[in-house]
Amino acid sequence: MLFEDPVIASRFLTLLTLSFHIIYATIGVGVPLMIMIAQWIGIRKNDEHYILMARRWARGFVVTVAVGVVTGTVIGLQLSLLWPNFMELAGQIIALPLFMEVFAFFFEAIFLGIYLYTWDRFEDQRKHFFLLIPVALGAGMSALFITIVNSFMNTPQGFDIMDGQIVNANPIAAMFNPAMPTKVSHVLATAYMTVAFMLAAIAAYNLIKGSKHVYHKKALHLTMKVGLIFAIAAAIIGDFSGKYLAEYQPEKLAAAEWHFETEEGAPLLLYGVLDENNEVKGAIKIPYALSILAFSVPTSEVIGLNEFPVEETPPLIVHYYFDLMITIGVFMIVLSLVFWIGIKRGWAFVKATWYRWLIVLGGPLSFLAIEAGWWMTEVGRQPWILRGIMTVEEAATSSDYVGLISILFIALYIILGIGTVVVLRRIFKDNPVEKELKASQGGENA
Amino acid sequence: MTLEILGITVLWTFLFGYIIVGSIDYGAGFFNAYSIITGKDHILSNVIQRYLSPVWEVTNVFFVFFFVGIVGFFPDTAYYFGTIFLIPGSIALILLAIRGSYYAFETYGTKGHKGYAIMYGLSGLIIPASLSIVLTISEGGFVFIEDENPVLDYWALFTSPLSWSIVILSIVAVLYISAVFLTWYANKTGDLKATNLMRKYALIWALPLIITAGGIIYELKFHSPEHYERIIDLWWMFGLSFLLWIATVWFIWKRRKYGISVWLMFGQFALAFYGFGISHYPYLLYPYLTIYEGFTNQAMAISLVVVFILGLALLIPSIYLLFKLFLFDKNYLKGKQKKE
Repeated sequence: MLFEDPVIASRFLTLLTLSFHIIYATIGVGVPLMIMIAQWIGIRKNDEHYILMARRWARGFVVTVAVGVVTGTVIGLQLSLLWPNFMELAGQIIALPLFMEVFAFFFEAIFLGIYLYTWDRFEDQRKHFFLLIPVALGAGMSALFITIVNSFMNTPQGFDIMDGQIVNANPIAAMFNPAMPTKVSHVLATAYMTVAFMLAAIAAYNLIKGSKHVYHKKALHLTMKVGLIFAIAAAIIGDFSGKYLAEYQPEKLAAAEWHFETEEGAPLLLYGVLDENNEVKGAIKIPYALSILAFSVPTSEVIGLNEFPVEETPPLIVHYYFDLMITIGVFMIVLSLVFWIGIKRGWAFVKATWYRWLIVLGGPLSFLAIEAGWWMTEVGRQPWILRGIMTVEEAATSSDYVGLISILFIALYIILGIGTVVVLRRIFKDNPVEKELKASQGGENA
Repeated sequence: MTLEILGITVLWTFLFGYIIVGSIDYGAGFFNAYSIITGKDHILSNVIQRYLSPVWEVTNVFFVFFFVGIVGFFPDTAYYFGTIFLIPGSIALILLAIRGSYYAFETYGTKGHKGYAIMYGLSGLIIPASLSIVLTISEGGFVFIEDENPVLDYWALFTSPLSWSIVILSIVAVLYISAVFLTWYANKTGDLKATNLMRKYALIWALPLIITAGGIIYELKFHSPEHYERIIDLWWMFGLSFLLWIATVWFIWKRRKYGISVWLMFGQFALAFYGFGISHYPYLLYPYLTIYEGFTNQAMAISLVVVFILGLALLIPSIYLLFKLFLFDKNYLKGKQKKE
């Protein structure tokens, strides 16, 4: 299959590249902010531990940034290689945010280089801190612009088509499309949340492994707090996203919720499976919840999937992605909220090993939620590449070699993935916090 | 100046930027690997690492800038080149990915895995070769239209002396540009041994460079007579470029003014590169696509130019800061740390 049909092969390769890139891209967006926060607290409290935290995070960050940069370059060029017809059309309308993304990336790259190689060059840590602002800003802006491109694909606007030709192109209107506000804010919030929980997982793991150092406790408290804030933000924005979907992409919402018949007071389905007759089995039904999610009014009417022509309905598998994303999101909110209240109230169990294991689990789970969310949004707009305008079939390359090339890229991602893990382990395993603190200040212990 | 010309000039300039910074980067990787094989790495590695580490990511952006920009200004290129370029483009991408990750994996992880360093050095020669194929393709004669889709004739491409000449030129140019630059950089750091070694490499690659470059013009006479005519019309640009080459080699030979040599070398390549670009006008892909047919709509073109100017206003001071800290900072160059 993969070797015969360039459309399927192109979809597969794009899925693979993006799924791999998203892991690093999320880290790339989130970590600079966390480094910034740690460095800032370190300066404010005059606490060596937080400065070291920023430094250690930055050191690991470089490795992921490198892979993020190269996989980002790959997807950037692959867009033209695999979807030439799409890029020809989209280039007319959406090239502006793509172009701006490159500038944001440029800006970030320059200051990241400076930041990383000037650790010992400034007497005043504040000078060094200022270098981080453009890094974090550039990372956020890249995410902003590239998500704008994606939201345009979901709700294309800013042009008219006459006789198959684009007329009245308006790049600004194309950028400020209806999907943009919820998408951009959800992407940013979940990236910050995921990275915070990833760093929390590392801190919790070190505590489980017997390091009693106060450094890890500080790291854990800080990251769980930041994670909680962004997890709640992500949930609120997620609700807005539901309302956006109900209005602009009802077929995606309906597919995600296995909502076939248009009805008022629609229930929300959680979990369950779909049998061969498209009958839902074993789902938890929450009455009126879908109507609330869609329009904030329990009795409002939600359009069902049956209203759409069969060839324009998204695959029903997106329901599982939706469940996965929501479940993890809620789990993380509860986990971090209980942790935070527990710390304030002195509950012992939040310091227990089993609870810390849950926090460790939270790191990978958050990444899984990111993947699931993207799969839902991308698979959920099938069969369109530009909703209502161009299908993926029309957009794909006519070249026969995509299947072959895919194998090379699979090999590449395996190498990069393993490489990242091996290198990160090497950086941190032989150089625990205790050792580094001793080296930097001659043996002060907490 | 029309927006089309402005657009292609901007892109050509960024491509030139990539060719220069990319060549320095690729060549440095190769010399680094070569010095490991010949056991001279203690001479070169320091100099090369100190220059490359902070700037590799910036180098990469020049490339991204070019291919995003060309789709923006000339969306039709995505259709033509995207379809044709799948295989060479993917190979270049995979090699770029391996190279890009090298810095992180090698520099920040562990020091000195020989196999990786050698692969890294070799990839630096293969990437320009695989990317330079696009220059050959754009000459025309390798692409035909089948079922309304462009198809690349690989057999014609691989058997064409022109494509091999361009591949060889790209490799030689990488080594020459890199050697001249690193001679200056090593001299700046005060490392006499490294300077002498790089000077030797610069002189070694100077002659092959000018022979292959001249050879390509000669071959174009048979492959694309029309293009050849236009090159002859611009003879003064190529002539001037040649004189700059002589001046560069002379200064390096005499061990004098390495800084000026670098600028002369930039000038030489700029003249040849722009001369080549101008002579290709108005075609992007001969004979299917010109810059006028493939140009984007007016509104997009204007907004891209506005963003470009704003972007430069942000970039130029940032790049200046980067240079100031890593290229022109005496203490950094000599490997000393002085607190500011």
